[in-house]
Parts: sequence; C-alpha cells; structure tokens
Amino acid sequence: MFEQFLSTILKAEFLFSVIRITAPILFAALGAVVAEKAGVVNIGLEGIMMISALFGVLFSYWTQSWLIGVLGALVIGVLLSLMMGFFAFKLKTDIILAGIAVNMLGAGGTIFLLYMFTGMRGNTGALVTPNTLIPVVNIPLIKDIPILGEVLSGHSVLTYVAFLFVWLLWAVLYKTSIGLDIRAVGENPDAAGSVGISVERIKYIAIAISGALAGLGGAFMSMYYSQGWNSGMVAGRGFIALAAQAMGRGEPLGTMLSSLLFGLAQALRTKVSGLQGVSSYLVSVIPYVVTVIGLVIYAASTMQKVKKHHTKAQKGA
Amino acid sequence: MEQEDFVVQMKGISKVYPNGIAANQHVDFFVRKGEIHALMGENGAGKSTLMKILFGLEEPTDGEIIVNGEQVHLTSPSVAISKGIGMVHQHFMLVPSLTVAENIVLGMAPKKSGIIVDYKKAVEITEENAKRFNLLVDPNAKVMDIPVGMKQKVEILKALVRGARILILDEPTAVLTTQETGELFKELVSLKEQGFTIVFISHKLNEIKQITDRLTIMRNGKSMGVYETAGISEAEISRLMVGRDVVLSVQKEKSKPEGSVLKVRDLEYTNKWNKKVLDGVSFSVRRGEILGIAGVEGNGQRELVEMLFSLNVPDAGTATVNGENILQTEQRAIREKGVSLVPEDRMVYGIAGPATIEENVISDRYSKKQFNKGALFNVKGIHSESDHLIADYRILCKSRKQQVKMLSGGNIQKVVVARELSSKPKLIIADQPTRGIDVGATEFIRAKIVELSRAGAAVLLVSADLNEVIELSDSLIVMYGGKIVAYFDDTSQLDDMVMGEYMLGLKHQTDEEIRRVCYE
Repeated sequence: MFEQFLSTILKAEFLFSVIRITAPILFAALGAVVAEKAGVVNIGLEGIMMISALFGVLFSYWTQSWLIGVLGALVIGVLLSLMMGFFAFKLKTDIILAGIAVNMLGAGGTIFLLYMFTGMRGNTGALVTPNTLIPVVNIPLIKDIPILGEVLSGHSVLTYVAFLFVWLLWAVLYKTSIGLDIRAVGENPDAAGSVGISVERIKYIAIAISGALAGLGGAFMSMYYSQGWNSGMVAGRGFIALAAQAMGRGEPLGTMLSSLLFGLAQALRTKVSGLQGVSSYLVSVIPYVVTVIGLVIYAASTMQKVKKHHTKAQKGA
Repeated sequence: MEQEDFVVQMKGISKVYPNGIAANQHVDFFVRKGEIHALMGENGAGKSTLMKILFGLEEPTDGEIIVNGEQVHLTSPSVAISKGIGMVHQHFMLVPSLTVAENIVLGMAPKKSGIIVDYKKAVEITEENAKRFNLLVDPNAKVMDIPVGMKQKVEILKALVRGARILILDEPTAVLTTQETGELFKELVSLKEQGFTIVFISHKLNEIKQITDRLTIMRNGKSMGVYETAGISEAEISRLMVGRDVVLSVQKEKSKPEGSVLKVRDLEYTNKWNKKVLDGVSFSVRRGEILGIAGVEGNGQRELVEMLFSLNVPDAGTATVNGENILQTEQRAIREKGVSLVPEDRMVYGIAGPATIEENVISDRYSKKQFNKGALFNVKGIHSESDHLIADYRILCKSRKQQVKMLSGGNIQKVVVARELSSKPKLIIADQPTRGIDVGATEFIRAKIVELSRAGAAVLLVSADLNEVIELSDSLIVMYGGKIVAYFDDTSQLDDMVMGEYMLGLKHQTDEEIRRVCYE
C-alpha cells in the first residue's frame, strides 16, 4: 500500500494538483496579509469567497463571459469587505462580529440567492458552459520541458495571477507610499494619524484589497476548481487562509510557502483517499490537522523568539 | 506694537470635558518669537490640555487662538502643522518597524513615477535636515533598534521637516538619562538661535532655570501668570505651582503612636528606562499614626506602593509587616497579614466594574467560613455583610445587586474603602484616597481613615493633594527623585511654602533628620 502511495505522489500530476489546490488558499491568504498589515482582522474571508464564487458563476452565465464573471466576483468581494469596514470603522461594531456575520451570510444567504436568481437548489451544475469557465494556459517553451512542463504549464489564468500577486502585494506593501501608510496604520495608528494620514481611509483601502483577493479566490473555486457552484464548496479555505497568514508571519512570501503547505495537505488527502483500505473519513481531516500542527509550531517558534528577545533586552540593560 | 513679536496668542481658553471636568479656565498663553517658553504645573494642572488645543488635538470650549497674527481654528493636527506648529509627544508617535527615514517622511513620502516611494530621497531628506538642525540620527536604522534619545531627535526632526517653526515638547526629559538631557538642551538652544520658538512643558525647576527665557505657571486649570525666568526665584515658582488654595481642616485627636508595624528598609528600584525610581527608601509606620507621603507625582510614590503590595519587584531592600516579609508574596498572603490597599487607580485595581456591589465588597473575604456552606455560598451571610457595609459606609445605590461601574466616582471609592477598611486591617495603604471625588465622599473617607488610625491601625497615606496630606497626616515624609528628602514629626505647624521647596528638590534635610522616620 505504501508503495502504491509513493508512486501516486511522486508524479508530476501530483505536484500539478498541489499548485492548483493552493491557488484559492493563496488568494484568500494574501487578502488576510494586506488586512492584517493595516491592523484589521478580516475573519470574513470564508463568507466573501462563498458569495463571490456564486456571483462569479451567475455573472459569467448572464454574460457568457468568464472574464466578466471573474471581475464581478472581485467587485462583490470589494463590496462585502467595504460593508464589513463600514460596520467596523464607522458604526464601531467589533470587526470579528462583522466577519462572522459575513460568513453566516455566505453559508445561508448564497443558497437563498441562488434560488432567487435561478430557481436552482444547492448547486449550479446546469449553468456551466465552456464559455463560463476560466481558461487554461499552456506556456510556450516551458510546456515542452519534461516534468517541469507538466507541473507548471496548463494551469488556469487565475492560478498564475495568484502567484504573481505574491510579488505584486510585496511590492505594494514595501515599495509604494500606500503600502508605507498601510504598515504605519497597522502598527501605530496614532503615529500615522499625527502626521495627517487618514487612518480610516487606509483601513478601508486595505480591507477592500483584501475583499478583492478573496473574491478572486471565490471565482477560482466555482469557475475553475469545481466547475460550478455548490454550497459546501469553499470548505473552510477562508479560515485556512488566516492560518496561512499567521504561519507566514504576515509576509507575502512566507504566506505563499505556508499556503503551499496547506495545498500539499489537501492534495495528499485526495490521493490517499483514493487508495484501498484507507478510511476516507479519517483522511479527510488531514488538511485541518496540518493546519493545527502548523499553527502550534508557529506559536512555539514565536514564543522562543520573544523569550530570546527578552533575555537580550535584559542583558542589554 | 508690542503684540507683534508674539507668535502664539491663546486668549481666554477654556476647556470643559463632557464629564464636567474643567481642565482649562480662561487661560491666557502668549509666546514670543524665538524664545524657549516653559509651561509649568503639577500633573493635572491643565498644561497638556492647553497644548493639545494648540496642536489641534482638542477643541477649546471657549477662547481664541492667534498664530503669527492670524486668527486660526485648529481643528486637527494637520491644520496645526500647516500653521507651522509641531509637537513632540511624551509617548513617541513613531512606527517601530519602519526606518528612521521612513518615519520622518511618513504621510509625505517622496515618490518616483507616481506611487513608488523614493527611499533614497527619503534618506537624503533625513540626512540633510539632520545636518542642518544638528540632530544626528541614523536614517537606515529601524526605530525599534535605536535608543530613546535618538527617538526623540527623530520626533523633533519629523516636526521640523514638516515646516514647524513653533515646537511644543511635552515633558521631553521624562524618559531621558542625564547625558541625553544635556544633549537635548544644547540642540534646543541651537534651534532657538536659528529662530525657532520652543514651548517646553515640565515641572522640573532646575531644567526650567537652565534653558528657558520665560515661563507660564498653571495650577488647577488656571494660569498663575507669566514670568521672566531670570526674574523669579525657584521658591516663588514652587509656591505658585503647589500652593494651597483653601486650607481644609480635619478634626482629629492627637495620635499616640507605638511600635512600628511597617518597616521599609533601603528599597531600590530602577525602571525599564534605566531611571532610579526608588533610591534607598527607608521608613517605618507605627501603630495608631498616619504617616503621609507628599511629593510631586512621578517621584517614586507609585512604585513604592506597588512594591508594598507586590505589584512590582524591587531590586534591593526589605519590607516587613509586624516582622514578616511582604515583598514578592501573593496578595492574598499580604492581606492575611492585615494589610489593606486603597489603590490609586480605583477603576483598574480597586473594583471589578461589571460586578455587583455585593461581589466587590466580599471579593477579599468570600473564602471565609461565615460566607460558605459546604461547596456553596452562604447567600444570607453575604447579603447581610454587604447590606451592613452599604449602610456603614453610606454607599448611595439602588441595591446591593447594582453594578459598581454604574455608581458615581465618590460611591465607587466608598465601595473600595468599605472593603479595605472593614477587614480589620493592621496597616492601611491609602494611595490618593480622595482624588477626583465629591466633597461629601472625601470628608467621609478622611474621617474613616482617622477613626481607624485612632483605633490602632497604622496608615500610610500617599497623596498629591498637599491639603490632604498635611491635614490628615500625623507625621510626614517628602519624596523627590526617588528619595526621602524630608521628615516632619509634627504636621500641625507645616507651611506649604517650605513643603513646596522640598517637593521640588530645592531643599534637602540631613541624613540624620531623615533617618528619624525609622524610629530606631
């Protein structure tokens, strides 16, 4: 059985699926990164992904254009996150509660919206046509390299966008003035305010970017990954993204690595559950167990660091 | 035409907060161009409020502000900055993970091609200004890695880069070492020579004498006048700062002290800013007497009380109650030795706001037998105890089930006092027991403290209210700079002029005189 397992995961196809599975987690995790940098906890990523996923399918069905579908999902993500921001920054509710509300809206509201718009229950299988799916790209040259070509080429447009955004987000945060403002607001809002930066405006901008990224993650799920929307589709990816952000220490590159780790765990689950003699129920917990273990290791290493810092400070004094 | 050389004119400024506290009452504050002007006063005198108004952080309830001859409405710090006013806050407004250069250009970062931060330019701006104003900083260091003195230079540079011609410094030396203070003064004098105007908030007399040209003194939200620094004696400043407005008197019999209850010996403590806050503090408090500790706030009183109730750990020294150590012990064990604490910050250490009066008054004694029936509370016993305390201490409330945070300040303090004084304490530590509460509650609490001391309790009274500490105490020590600088065994003849001189560090008794407070 073990040999069978090894032969499954040592294939280019497996690595391909790791990248495919990582992409939506990465989108949401980058959304968590930008919000966190501005001192905003966006716990509503899960709900935003659910709702955007649904609207991605609907928009692309109505217009028969996958691009409009994706952009529609993005806009819905921005609107939802601005709504969270309005509740949290303007009306002063706890942002965690606003996030939970969005998540519940994502779980229950989507089923209602789907029925309202299409009369369908639970999934949108019947709406999907090739026009409405995100197209796949074969990269010239790379696609002809053995193994590497099989792993890297042939992904959806959005998959490449996700990995491109790691770099782009890093550049925005560390090279632009808006990024400087975001980091200042997240770390010391009083300091930012005292030099005339509008703290509220920056927080709105950060959470809007966060929502846009989660929206793209949602579109990826329904318009490529599962080829249609269904109610159990996002399955905690929004929360796993928060864990990936924490484990990646809130930095784009680190977050990409931890997202890949979670992607790997998900891919393993799919492969292992296909093997004979393995309980599929037991296997389905793999991604979540990896999340917990990852967070424990992260917390332990952070504590170690803090301790070191303390002893250093004491010695210094 | 004399008016013309004023850069700042604040006329008849009043500030009343929504809770009714009048922080400023018709204050006039005029600053001449190119001078270093001190704004002096004790904590709570209203100097910070006045400066917050000038920097646009607070809006005045009344009054007008004229900057450079133009009437202004300073609705936000940005407006103040645009009028050439900059402020260096006591708590630095810096972002620790950003570099010095990034902090300096924050909010106005130089850009290339529209959005990209031109970091090289930021470093250039920093270096150029650092050189020009002689404020040397390392542009590429992260703020979290630089020493406090440099952080302050970054703050001053931040204001100057934004075009400030008038600099407000809020107690700039509070966090600095002696050397850093010396350096700062040199820099300030050089800024003055370049034509900048500096407002310097402080209550340290020696610093004021050293570098300021004129000074304005505030007390209880009012201005006590403007003076040329050279033309006013330190004794006069101290009288204006801490003098008593009304003389209260407390009825009490003469004390008959006997045997030391609390013995504190050679207590030392250096805080995280490397400042010696307690420096060889030794004293005793005897049965049946009230020993007062007077002093301007921030001279070690708070840290002393923290040590005595194990809220902090001293570097050296001992403290015993009836011969038993109380340092670094659990609070419950300290209470079992008969120590009570009326804490300075009643909302944090004195009460649990959302809990009921009943829960608050039994919170030090709920484990006693009389309040328990097996695993459950003896509800009747608890009810009768709390009703009895509410009546005895005249706590105005709807019922014992009312949340403490819903009460008025005076009644909240009565809840604290009811618990702390009814536990038959042998030593009562009362830290600012009547601060900010109404006259009725104040009188009641003072009378209770006197009553318990005459019944044999030892009382250590810490108060920034000179009236209170003189009238209530039987004997008194003064703290300055972490040391006891004076001991008076009889408070009945004390003069607040003399007290002020000790409180502000102008005078100092001999070691022999001070050592008498150990009664050995």
